Amino acid sequence: MNNDAEPNKGNATPTASDNVNASLKRRYAAERRFRRFGAFAVVLGLIFVAGLFGDIVSKGYTAFQQTYIQLPICFDAKLITGEGPAGCANEPLQLSDEALAFDRLSRANYRKLIRKALRERFPAVSGRLEKRALYRLISPGARFALREMVLEDSSLLGQRMDLWLVADDDVDMLVKGQIDRTLPEAERRIKDRSIAWVDSLAESGQIEKKFNTIFFTHGASREPEMAGIAGALAGSFYTLTLTLVFSFPLAVGTALYLEEFAPKNRWTDFIEVNINNLAAVPSIVFGLLGLAVFINFFGVPRSTPLVGSLVLTLMTLPTIIIASRAALKSVPPSIREAALAVGASPMQTQVYHVLPLAIPGMLTGTIIGMATALGETAPLLMIGMIAFIVDIPQGALDPSTVLPVQIFLWADSPERGFVERTSAAIMILLGFLIAMNLAAVVLRRRFERRW
Amino acid sequence: MQTLYLFLVLLLLATLVYHFGRKRAIAVAGGQDWVQSLHSLPSYYGLYAAVWAALPAMLLLGLWAAFQDTILATLITGELTAGELKGQRLEFLINDIKALTRGGLAARDASPELRAVAETYARYQQLSQILIWVLVLGLALGGGSLALKATHPELRARNHVESTVLVILVVFSSIAILTTFGIVLSVLFESIRFFQKVSWQEFLFGLHWSPQIALRADQVAASGAFGAVPLFAGTMLISVIAMALAVPIGLMSAIYLSEYAPRVVRAWAKPTLEVLAGIPTVVYGFFAALTVAPAIRDLGTSVGLDVSSESGLAAGLVMGVMIIPLVSSLSDDVINAVPQSMRDGALALGATPSETIKRVVLPAALPGIVGGILLAVSRAIGETMIVVMAAGVAANLTANPLESVTTVTVQIVVLLTGDQEFDSAKTLAAFALGLTLFVVTLTLNVIALHIVRKYREQYE
Repeated sequence: MNNDAEPNKGNATPTASDNVNASLKRRYAAERRFRRFGAFAVVLGLIFVAGLFGDIVSKGYTAFQQTYIQLPICFDAKLITGEGPAGCANEPLQLSDEALAFDRLSRANYRKLIRKALRERFPAVSGRLEKRALYRLISPGARFALREMVLEDSSLLGQRMDLWLVADDDVDMLVKGQIDRTLPEAERRIKDRSIAWVDSLAESGQIEKKFNTIFFTHGASREPEMAGIAGALAGSFYTLTLTLVFSFPLAVGTALYLEEFAPKNRWTDFIEVNINNLAAVPSIVFGLLGLAVFINFFGVPRSTPLVGSLVLTLMTLPTIIIASRAALKSVPPSIREAALAVGASPMQTQVYHVLPLAIPGMLTGTIIGMATALGETAPLLMIGMIAFIVDIPQGALDPSTVLPVQIFLWADSPERGFVERTSAAIMILLGFLIAMNLAAVVLRRRFERRW
Repeated sequence: MQTLYLFLVLLLLATLVYHFGRKRAIAVAGGQDWVQSLHSLPSYYGLYAAVWAALPAMLLLGLWAAFQDTILATLITGELTAGELKGQRLEFLINDIKALTRGGLAARDASPELRAVAETYARYQQLSQILIWVLVLGLALGGGSLALKATHPELRARNHVESTVLVILVVFSSIAILTTFGIVLSVLFESIRFFQKVSWQEFLFGLHWSPQIALRADQVAASGAFGAVPLFAGTMLISVIAMALAVPIGLMSAIYLSEYAPRVVRAWAKPTLEVLAGIPTVVYGFFAALTVAPAIRDLGTSVGLDVSSESGLAAGLVMGVMIIPLVSSLSDDVINAVPQSMRDGALALGATPSETIKRVVLPAALPGIVGGILLAVSRAIGETMIVVMAAGVAANLTANPLESVTTVTVQIVVLLTGDQEFDSAKTLAAFALGLTLFVVTLTLNVIALHIVRKYREQYE
């Protein structure tokens, strides 16, 4: 104010407010820049989220359909059982029990039926190489479907039926438009003559995309069209169930002790620091622990959900403990004091009054811990859950793999068909994770109490 | 399976004993009307008896489940020294024997000696199972009946039960400590064995990493080379790239969301960004290997650069995306912890919001932000799946992000997956790398937590 009061002589030194006014434009520009930069960072982050999900979905949605080829299959009794007339007269056959024995039916060469049908459909094909290329239209796994049919109903023998057979992954990719037809033939996995056959089948309506049930009912396979996530899902289920059974009581007990009973001394301080640090130990180190302690020292069988769940338990414990302690902390002391005042013992106070109020919060933390366990891969590689397992595991002691490891294994496979299946498996995994996190949010909203 | 059945039988037994104990307590008191003459509520007498029935038996069962394999293996090792089985790899033999007893290995493929030993093994196994059933059930019934017999109005059943529960809680809470010890010991012992074969100077300062074990002894580089500097350099390179992406974006979005954004934007953008933190790393790895890496390679080719398809850049960038929510949520916490009065003071002096943030809020929040960044670095160093899938396996010592580099975690995975013998320097090297990783991340965490905690005390 003093400055303003004094007369300004011509172009004398500028006053403070002149300085401020002169710099305002620059400062406001800086302000706008800073703000725009911040908004840009948020938008960029959101773009990453959208890009990631968009990429996975656009790569994977096609895997929920699978190409099938319709062929008239003749269940040639002579070929399958070695008895009865050759060819198909569509008349009921009388075959001996010996011919219909399970052994003979399951060992029969069903591939020949498919090959014969293919040759009949394309009579012009000749020469060994060309025939082989023709046979490759149908998946090598298709014969198992025929075997199942015959084993279930032996009256099929001698009948001719129009059946939809699983197409090979190359055909599948071609039909889905993921193989570029304009590329020179040498750079394509599928050759011109095969494309011509596929087009001919398509013209007669013998190629169709159907919902891919194989993907949900089969275990791993070297053939993309026969590969499914059922085995991995079962493995994940057993592993996660055991992890929950082990970690929830342990975490709740630990939280209860540290929060409510433990004296404040060096030992409990040490435990606390330990838990906080364990939460940040890289997951792969837990894998090393599992390998050295559980497998090599205690002799827990490798590759099983049991050893996987032990490792994941140790890994998720800190998360659940920290959440459970927060839940216990949010129960107001007046509850405890009231219970103690009417003569409950400290243990009774906890069990009958504090725990029931804290359980929803603990469950929320547990669900989030389980979600991380479901997505964890690295430590499970160390303890051998990476094995190639075709059979769907039947229990916690069967060798198995889990969904994220299956994704890792498929991502390594060179076949084009595995890319879409990997993405589809990721979509399933993300679906589970989103469901679990939503459950946690709902639980929190529903039971959250403000005291 | 046997263990599970036995466990369930024990649980059933304990429930029964609980009911008997409760009934007996009421009877001892002289009927339902005289319950107040007991020291504790009747259910505590039931619990007391149930604890005596179940706890010792369960301990025994647990020990048996943990050690029976080891003990059985030692027992049959004695028999293995005979005949042609001598000198073969013990663990393989034991695996074969187990497969034989389970019927997993066809008996005709095995030698007669092996079959004989497998029969002995099966006999021992049967014996041990009978023994454990008898012992566990005996212990449970004995403990239960003793406790039932001890039921008396003056028995302080509640206190006994409660102190047992407390002991159990203490045991539970020391699992966390045991885990840490387990990690340290397992990693340390194997590392010591590794350093007996390879000197620690060579490991820490050696410039050449090629852990392949030669098939023949006279092959070139038969012992493998274990200089880990290329791995450390690769880890650093990828972490630096990741942090260069994650720190500016994470920090700026935290600032924008906490200081500028309208409430609606914050309510939607914050959880959406945090979705990135919940995505499994194997998904990021897939994204890096199949989308980002080819894109970078194509981009490089179009401007005339030779980019490796397993470039460190792709892995680093995707890892940076993964770390954004970590940086932003930790920064958000500390920025919100800066008292509003400090902002009001700066604004009242005429500072623009961005000047307030840059000159007042950020300096006040700096220790917390640094702590958060350190945590993010430790996360980047320990991250495995992204680098396993998107970075290379070859140990190049280079600072060029367009070339293929490998990291500590990649090498641990490479060394420990697939067929392995447990004693080779190759396998042990993985544990030495694990020890290094554990020590580095632990140090970073301790420092970060210390900084964060020290800072919080200032304003509370």
